[in-house]
Amino acid sequence: MKSIRIDSVSKRYGQVRALDQVSIEVEKGELFGLIGPDGAGKTTLMRILVTLLLPDSGTAEVEGWDVRKDYRKIRRLVGYMPGRFSLYQDLSVEENLRFFATLFGTTVEANYDTIKDIYGQIEPFRKRKAGKLSGGMKQKLALSCALVHRPTVLFLDEPTTGVDPVSRKEFWDILSRLQEQGITILVSTPYMDEASRCGRVALIQKGKILGVDTPGGIVKEFQYPLLAVQSRDTYRLLQDLRRQSWAHSVYPFGEYIHLALSGPIGENTVVHLLESLNHQDIEVHSIVPGIEDSFMERMRAMEENGGIYPKS
Amino acid sequence: MRQIGIIILKEFFHILRDRRTLLILFGLPVVQILVFGFAITNEIKDARIAILDPSRDQISREVQQRLLSSGYFVLEETAADMDAVLRAFREDRIKMAVIFPSAMQKRFYHDEKVQIQFIADAAEPNTATTLVNYATAIVNDYQMDKLRMDDLPLEIHTEVKMLYNPRMQSVYMFVPGLIVVILTLICAMMTSIALTREKELGTMEVLLVSPVRPFLVILGKVVPYFVLGMIITVMVLLLGRFVFGMPVRGSLALLMAECVLFVLNALALGIFISTRTDSQMVAMMFSLIGLMMPVLLLSGFIFPIESMPWPLQWLSHILPGKWFLIIIKDIMLKGVGFSYVWKETLILIVMLLVILAAGVRNFKIRLA
Repeated sequence: MKSIRIDSVSKRYGQVRALDQVSIEVEKGELFGLIGPDGAGKTTLMRILVTLLLPDSGTAEVEGWDVRKDYRKIRRLVGYMPGRFSLYQDLSVEENLRFFATLFGTTVEANYDTIKDIYGQIEPFRKRKAGKLSGGMKQKLALSCALVHRPTVLFLDEPTTGVDPVSRKEFWDILSRLQEQGITILVSTPYMDEASRCGRVALIQKGKILGVDTPGGIVKEFQYPLLAVQSRDTYRLLQDLRRQSWAHSVYPFGEYIHLALSGPIGENTVVHLLESLNHQDIEVHSIVPGIEDSFMERMRAMEENGGIYPKS
Repeated sequence: MRQIGIIILKEFFHILRDRRTLLILFGLPVVQILVFGFAITNEIKDARIAILDPSRDQISREVQQRLLSSGYFVLEETAADMDAVLRAFREDRIKMAVIFPSAMQKRFYHDEKVQIQFIADAAEPNTATTLVNYATAIVNDYQMDKLRMDDLPLEIHTEVKMLYNPRMQSVYMFVPGLIVVILTLICAMMTSIALTREKELGTMEVLLVSPVRPFLVILGKVVPYFVLGMIITVMVLLLGRFVFGMPVRGSLALLMAECVLFVLNALALGIFISTRTDSQMVAMMFSLIGLMMPVLLLSGFIFPIESMPWPLQWLSHILPGKWFLIIIKDIMLKGVGFSYVWKETLILIVMLLVILAAGVRNFKIRLA
């Protein structure tokens, strides 16, 4: 039996298609990432799985229970950490944890083993009000609260958004250790670089799943030689590169432009071309594609194909 | 059971740790009752008046004496002419002027019609009306005495007795009214805000995704406001009793039971409002405009329902506050028992059931 089974789930808000025929299966004990930009439909999917929203069509099951009929059963099994910080700011660390433990019919002491690893780090501040904690500590407290009843499946909606890089890394280390305890974890994130910490990921954009694979598998699928290009006038650089017949795709990534090549073109050819076009401070070097490149490529392929991702 | 307990406890923490909430809960009733009790009163004492008396005879002097010894009026100016009177009005030194005719005594005894003119500053219409009424009553009184002394054969004497509130004290009016207003404010508004706050902060999501039934979550959140509502009711009653001498003539147990019924009504309204909106701001505005204003204006607390145009009278019927006000005034002032207020009580019970049904129908076990 799968831990989570989503079968052609669709959901609209008025004219907006939040989810369009989404199908995903998550194995028991898997650390599964739901990766996509803001507004892709991640939160909607999470909320359907934790029985907060009903799908318009399609079926979804958590641990074999249907999200429509068996919502009370599911609510006993899952731990849920919503995207917005969902703790009581005016209650202390300890009071928050005790509240959620009691709410789920258990005690902090009974499940201390499950949360020890995380809660131990913030326990010195247990008398402090949750509102006075730093971002990273808030996340740890929220995770402790979601874990305090020893859930079978854990849903984390953008847990690392707005958290500093060090705390983000720590947070993912914690998730890996939780996975070792046998808890199924579904985590959503807009940060592509976090995909590598998951066992498998689903790429989601505009309510559609662009692909489900291991992080390695997703990167491997990107088969074009890739160059990182930089010059002083980024906008003109983008325009100039897009005009070239050998440019398969050109996307800005931070301060660089990622140029995927469809022909046997060397770095020097690109440099010469840009020099002839009067670009200054030119920098071109070959790079290894990442998840983001693969994501953009899948998005492009989907749009060219009329919104349907071509099956390979 | 433990689950409801912890929700109740948590809500008390929220209330007790937020100074603003505490201030509204306990400061507001005290301030309101003191303001209504001491500042806003329709009784008038020591209103300054001017007198223009060209007669200067016994009759005019006696009338003056009656007016000034009543306690309602103080003489600010004995005016020489009409100009002086008007100047005093413009300078805002007087609220009313009494103009006597010339040769008053002579006309009085020669069966001529004698007129005394009252001029009042109607920039404050309520005060003006009250002053003129007081003065007219005093003059009539004097006339009666005078006629009786002269032993006229025919005499119609009216005797007015003000039942239940013989001294016409406004405190008898506003203590029951304030109980209605404050209970509506605390129970309905605070409840709707407390519930929408959980939605706004996103904590409602976590509460819903828990084994506790959503109905029990609401119950746990509402109980503290019920307790506070009752504490504040007792507080207002005590303040009314010991600061303003407001009596409770009927059964205290019946009064408290009716308060419980009304508090339940207000809580149900609060829950209903929170099922219609996700924002604290909207909940507050709705409570203030949709509940507080009608309760203040239409329940009969400030303006008598009988003198409203029929659409407003009709509207006042659907306000639980109106019926509750009738009930508590009857119990506190007339000292009547349940047999006199059962109809209004029944109306409140039916309203409670309707509001609860609407709240339950709208209540969502999910987010949307």
